[in-house]
Amino acid sequence: MSLGRGNPAKRVFLASVICIILALSMVVAGCAPAPAPKVTDNKSAQSNAFPVMPGIPRFRVATTTSLYDTGLWNYLQPMFEKKANVKLDIFYAGTGVALQYGQRGDVDAVVVHDPAAEAKFISDGYGINKRSFAFNHFLIAGPADDPVGIKGLPPDQAFKKIYDAGKADPTKVKFVSRGDNSGTQAKEKLIWQAAGFKYPDIEKAGAWYEETGQGMGPCLMMADQQGGYLLVDISTFMAYKGKIKIVSLVDQGDLFLNVYDAIAINPEKVTTVKMLPTANAFINWLMSDEVQNLISTYGVAEYGKPLFSSLKGGACTEAGCPKVEDYTTPIQ
Amino acid sequence: MQELWEGLVQAVQLILSFDPEVIEISLRSLYVSAAAILIAALICIPIAGLIHFNDFRAKRVLINVIQTFYSLPTVVVGLFVFLFISRSGPLGGFQLMFTPGAIIIGQVILILPILTGMTISALSGVDRAIKDTALSMGASGGQAIWTIITEARFAVVGAVILGFGRAISEVGAAMMLGGNIRGFTRVLTTAISLETQKGELVLALALGIILIGIAMIVNVIVNILLQRY
Repeated sequence: MSLGRGNPAKRVFLASVICIILALSMVVAGCAPAPAPKVTDNKSAQSNAFPVMPGIPRFRVATTTSLYDTGLWNYLQPMFEKKANVKLDIFYAGTGVALQYGQRGDVDAVVVHDPAAEAKFISDGYGINKRSFAFNHFLIAGPADDPVGIKGLPPDQAFKKIYDAGKADPTKVKFVSRGDNSGTQAKEKLIWQAAGFKYPDIEKAGAWYEETGQGMGPCLMMADQQGGYLLVDISTFMAYKGKIKIVSLVDQGDLFLNVYDAIAINPEKVTTVKMLPTANAFINWLMSDEVQNLISTYGVAEYGKPLFSSLKGGACTEAGCPKVEDYTTPIQ
Repeated sequence: MQELWEGLVQAVQLILSFDPEVIEISLRSLYVSAAAILIAALICIPIAGLIHFNDFRAKRVLINVIQTFYSLPTVVVGLFVFLFISRSGPLGGFQLMFTPGAIIIGQVILILPILTGMTISALSGVDRAIKDTALSMGASGGQAIWTIITEARFAVVGAVILGFGRAISEVGAAMMLGGNIRGFTRVLTTAISLETQKGELVLALALGIILIGIAMIVNVIVNILLQRY
């Protein structure tokens, strides 16, 4: 009997068994100390023997990277979990991606900062119960010696100067753009527009304009490494102090206001979303005195002033600030 | 240089301090990738045996295709699986998105080609003379195959270790499918990515050193077991 013929099933079975035993021994050896994931709450109807499957309802929020990179969510997350008795899963993603997760039903709520995209998200029926809960400002950061000379200029003029300098010598000037459909990039586009440019022209403007497709933190690090300029929110910028050498050059301008909104996903439109009551409780909690007070003190110990500003008590007075009812009216 | 040294020092400190979060992340990495390699092994090794021990027309082509998929990018796997298991995807009802299970699925798909291909290579690597000798000494077909497998076991385990290495070191699928949720789907690679992003370069480096340490321990244990049996 040759090996080429005969009973293939039997051969393969034999061949498999020993290999699997070998593989198993390795896995067992490697895996022995690994405990099954903790199941802290078992309210859900579904029970699952396979520990990697979701057995408990998890409340999911996609949040903008600035709120994550500054550590604010790490701080708020356990508090909400305790209060609402749920597991809170936080994803960091740019506003564009966060809204897409919402649209697909992969999250129950989003925390974002791009007013135009939010308005569309809501008018398309995906989002409901939008409330604002914090704000800060953008700034333009760049190398301390400021080779382009934008210090103290209005944001649109600063952008214009960077553009001209980049066009003149793309090797000397860099502008680092998020390039990821985030709220920050939406703001950047608005400023280019205010400076009289069409954004597609900026994208093609040359090697000085770098679209990274990454979060706020990585962009800061890249701009720092290259001695480049970038638009950044002040909270992330402050949180990276000591890790970067670039400095704030332009921090005054009407366009710089940045408001953070929480939006629940509409279960009538996105039928796979099941946790609207928790989403509403979450948004109400963000507006509560408890959280508002925390936001207005978060970071003071480390940075000397708060990283974000709470909206409580009408703290936001500039043009473009949300209406009082948008950050005080609880969702019923 | 300074940062590298600090990374090493901090890695040692992190390990010695038994930081609960670091332990949890490390164990999750190990658990997810071990589950992935186990499932992949259960699928791949029989398939590899089927392909190796049978002759058919498209065998060479099939092996070439399998080998091509060695270079499957992790983010493509992530994207592919994402489209399936996202709540609005065809498998959305299982609610797998952003769970450790999702990462395991991604990693299984990622290592399927490598493990299958390398197992075929391992079996092919056994000298034909060994099989002939076994047969000439009166072994049955099954016994001859057993002999081949016994001879090939080091190479097969090598393939398994390689697959495990690819699984535990990949970041694309883990980030995309797990979402790097603290305390739920955060594994070593996604934690390293996050800490790098936050500018905590020394901590990121320390986590990287821990990952290498885990790989080393797994390797050593497997090799000890292999020598013994």
